[in-house]
Amino acid sequence: MDDVLGGLALLFVAAAATAAVLNRDPARQALVLSLLGLGLAVLFTVLQAPDVGLSQLAVGSAITPLMILLTVRKVRRIGRGRQAEDDGKGRSR
Amino acid sequence: MSRRFRLCVLALGLLAFAALFTAACAELPPFGGDRHPYGDRAVHAALLRHTANTVSAVNFDQRALDTLGEESILFASVLGTVVLLRQTSDEHRTVPKPSPVPDRTRRYGLLALPVTLLIGLYVVAHGQLSPGGGFQGGVVVATAVHLLYIAVDYRALERVRPLGPYEIADAAGEAAYVLTGAGGLLAGAAYLANVLPYGTFNTLSSGGTVPLLNAAVGVEVAAAVVVLLARFLGQALEIEGDEDRGEGKG
Repeated sequence: MDDVLGGLALLFVAAAATAAVLNRDPARQALVLSLLGLGLAVLFTVLQAPDVGLSQLAVGSAITPLMILLTVRKVRRIGRGRQAEDDGKGRSR
Repeated sequence: MSRRFRLCVLALGLLAFAALFTAACAELPPFGGDRHPYGDRAVHAALLRHTANTVSAVNFDQRALDTLGEESILFASVLGTVVLLRQTSDEHRTVPKPSPVPDRTRRYGLLALPVTLLIGLYVVAHGQLSPGGGFQGGVVVATAVHLLYIAVDYRALERVRPLGPYEIADAAGEAAYVLTGAGGLLAGAAYLANVLPYGTFNTLSSGGTVPLLNAAVGVEVAAAVVVLLARFLGQALEIEGDEDRGEGKG
């Protein structure tokens, strides 16, 4: 049973990690990273490392994606602000 | 140095690493076995000090100095983030407008918040007994506070999160770890030595200095993550530079 679960978790981690690399939109990448964190947490737990699984769950699937999303939001705000300024003054920065 | 020569040096390094790595892996115990030389010794040492969770015994007793290093890395990186993401003189703060939250999100968030908070505190408190500990529990506690941002809005989060006390708690957690370690020196043993009575096995107070160091890490991590996310939230929602004045909403 553990072998099946471990194999499934490994496959899921490989798929999620590949998807995270192939995805080019940072906001979607954050979501995929969150799923990857969840998969890794399951994998660590199946491999009898619940302490590491808990860390992975808290940091990998909650804090890191949140930080990426907040950064994306900030960068987009700057981008939109520059766009508006360029349109308004007709010059480029 | 020509490109060809550099590639030769790289190839030499890679080959040497591959040879040493293969030799090292050949000596490893097989994957998924019941016994492991380091595991057996760590469990034995943990039981001698009446600590039920061997991982915590390794983190806060047998290898307590390594954890001090990791805790200091987190402390220093949060400090660096605070400096990098500060408000500069050509930036100003705007008050983000409250936005409507869907009823289901609000209900789920307000239900999940106390449960998450309790789980986080439980994981910190039982670090010496069951899987988890100061780091994991601290992150969960910090995440629970931020459910308020999802369920209500940013201003509600700011009200329960005055940053000053969290910054002090961050430093106090770090200091508590260092000072508990110095207690070992005062007792005549080595730095970070487990000098307190070990207590009864599998009770909350067992493990000597393990629960104390565990709690110090819990306070430090929870406060550090709150401060870290506060800086990111401040940049994403409040702080505006001259270049993004054109945009009105927060």
